[in-house]
Amino acid sequence: MDTLANLWMGFGVALTPYTLFLAICGCFLGTIIGALPGLGPSNGVAILIPLAFALKLDAIESLVLLTSVYYGCMYGGRISSILLNIPGDEPAMMTTLDGFPMAKQGRAGDALVISGVASFVGSFLSTVGLVVVAPLLASVAYRFGPAEYFALYMLAFATLGGLTSNNQAKSAFAACLGLGLAMVGLDNSTSAARFTGGNLHLYDGIDFLVAIVGLFAISEIFIFIESHGRSSALGIKVGKLLIPWGDLKRSFGAMMRGTGLGFIAGILPGAGASLGSFMAYMAEKSISGGKGTFGKGDPRGVAAPEAGNNAAAGGAMIPMLTLGVPGSGTTAVMLALLLTLNITPGPRLFTDQPQVVWGLIASLFIANFVLLFMNVPLVRIFVKILSVPPWFLMPMVTMVSFVGIFSLSGSYFDLLMMIAFGVLGYILRKLDVPTVPVILGILLGNQMEDWLRRGLTISDGDWMFLFSSPIAVGLWILAVGGFVAPVFLRRVLKRPPVPKTDMPMDQD
Amino acid sequence: MMKSDRIFGLVVVLSALAYFAGAWQIQAGMMMDPLGPRAFPMLIAAAGLICGIGILLRPDAEPEWPGARAWIGMAIALAVLVAYAYTIVPMGFLIPTAVASAAIAYLIEPKATQSLLTGLGLSVVLFVIFKYGLGLGLQPFPRALMG
Repeated sequence: MDTLANLWMGFGVALTPYTLFLAICGCFLGTIIGALPGLGPSNGVAILIPLAFALKLDAIESLVLLTSVYYGCMYGGRISSILLNIPGDEPAMMTTLDGFPMAKQGRAGDALVISGVASFVGSFLSTVGLVVVAPLLASVAYRFGPAEYFALYMLAFATLGGLTSNNQAKSAFAACLGLGLAMVGLDNSTSAARFTGGNLHLYDGIDFLVAIVGLFAISEIFIFIESHGRSSALGIKVGKLLIPWGDLKRSFGAMMRGTGLGFIAGILPGAGASLGSFMAYMAEKSISGGKGTFGKGDPRGVAAPEAGNNAAAGGAMIPMLTLGVPGSGTTAVMLALLLTLNITPGPRLFTDQPQVVWGLIASLFIANFVLLFMNVPLVRIFVKILSVPPWFLMPMVTMVSFVGIFSLSGSYFDLLMMIAFGVLGYILRKLDVPTVPVILGILLGNQMEDWLRRGLTISDGDWMFLFSSPIAVGLWILAVGGFVAPVFLRRVLKRPPVPKTDMPMDQD
Repeated sequence: MMKSDRIFGLVVVLSALAYFAGAWQIQAGMMMDPLGPRAFPMLIAAAGLICGIGILLRPDAEPEWPGARAWIGMAIALAVLVAYAYTIVPMGFLIPTAVASAAIAYLIEPKATQSLLTGLGLSVVLFVIFKYGLGLGLQPFPRALMG
């Protein structure tokens, strides 16, 4: 019953009036960020990290605030999927398939309630799963040495492009680009200056927050200017909100299956929430055997993907916390947050700083209950906010990004660098190069080199140490498999036609 | 056809070579470990080179590039952002923020009054939130005027 005792301690840490207040703020902001097309979980969390620092929040408080934002985004994404037929963020894409038809039939309220409940079921159960699985994985990961970690990083890079990217060379390039940028600055162990061009600003390396905000938020501005922010009028009215018990009962199975699939998709490195909701929807559709009304407004088609993407969000926390290897863009940003707070995720975290881990987990539970309340009875507030037009939203995002990054260091150099990353992000997105591996590369590059260095020191310069243990070899095989498999899988797993949207979208 | 990816692949190949050359020139200090500061960047450069060749040889379909007007709009936005980064310290928060947000609003939807109001409103409201709500040390006006 160690786990329960730990959890109890976590609630003790995370359930003070101030943190509860932060959780409510975070959930509110997160739902808005998730609901607004063009602002997704990764850039939402990214622009708020510098602000959390500016507020001088301590580690637990920042974690509570930003995990609430993260979970809130996962709930919020469905609102614009259902009402506008525009996914608020990529994982909510599948929800448009049945959510929008339901809204057109005048059942927008029902769809919002069902998907809200499904989100709760998915994310609550996956947080329970996190409590059970994470300590187990941590105890295995305890035995990982340099060889295993190096292979694990390779696995993360190999699979991160995964099914969402169409070109393996491009996603591998993105990883190289990130790793290459991570090398800038003074080398940790030899203190040789690398790729600084003599510029003193670069001696400390590139701050990953600057890179993240640039790649995710600033690049969005260019995308919006290019598309002229085609504003989306809210055509659908939400009628009276009643709880559709019948539909909830009918879609219970769909929620449970969606949760299971999403949870697994979340744990796999590189798969993430988009794959979770995709798998959940496809599974439900095939179970119904074509007899269902999928695609025409079937409640199960709303419940399954929402349960799936929220479950994946919880599942994705597992590799991030226990191994320090994020499985998706948003968890990469969460990892950035932990690193800036001087918390190094990994198996040690569970023994060295249990109050952080369990406080975080407790705050996930708290966020879920707050979000259920916000997203079912109070969903109307967010429906109103959806009508914020891009010409107001984007300048605001820009200014918040600037002030946030500026308050970190107070230097215009970081701002210029952030703009440069914004331009880079725009070009990469136009060329269909995923940006998440770039972030992961910047985050993990130095550690990856460190593991290699330590391994080589122990083995006295013998590179074969990389394949010296069965776990390492297994991870290498998975990495190669994960890199090659999507090429074949892509032909088998054709994505269903997804509504064409004019709105730009970010990766999950 | 499919020109963009050919150019992109070429740029990647050239950058990888340049990166390799840069890694070659890193001065190793006195402390030496089996890896040294050069080997890992060189590995990255090699991997990047392979990716570049891959992109060059098997390009994707041409992306939809924006038209001339959108390019001009984005170029102006870039100039505005850079100018904003340079002016936020000497000019204080309010004026550069109002100008920059009005410009971006206008670039997204070209309506003068609407953009002007967005700029003014955002600059004042955000200043109040950041300064008094979050307690950030922002200067409202140019230092010279504040005495």
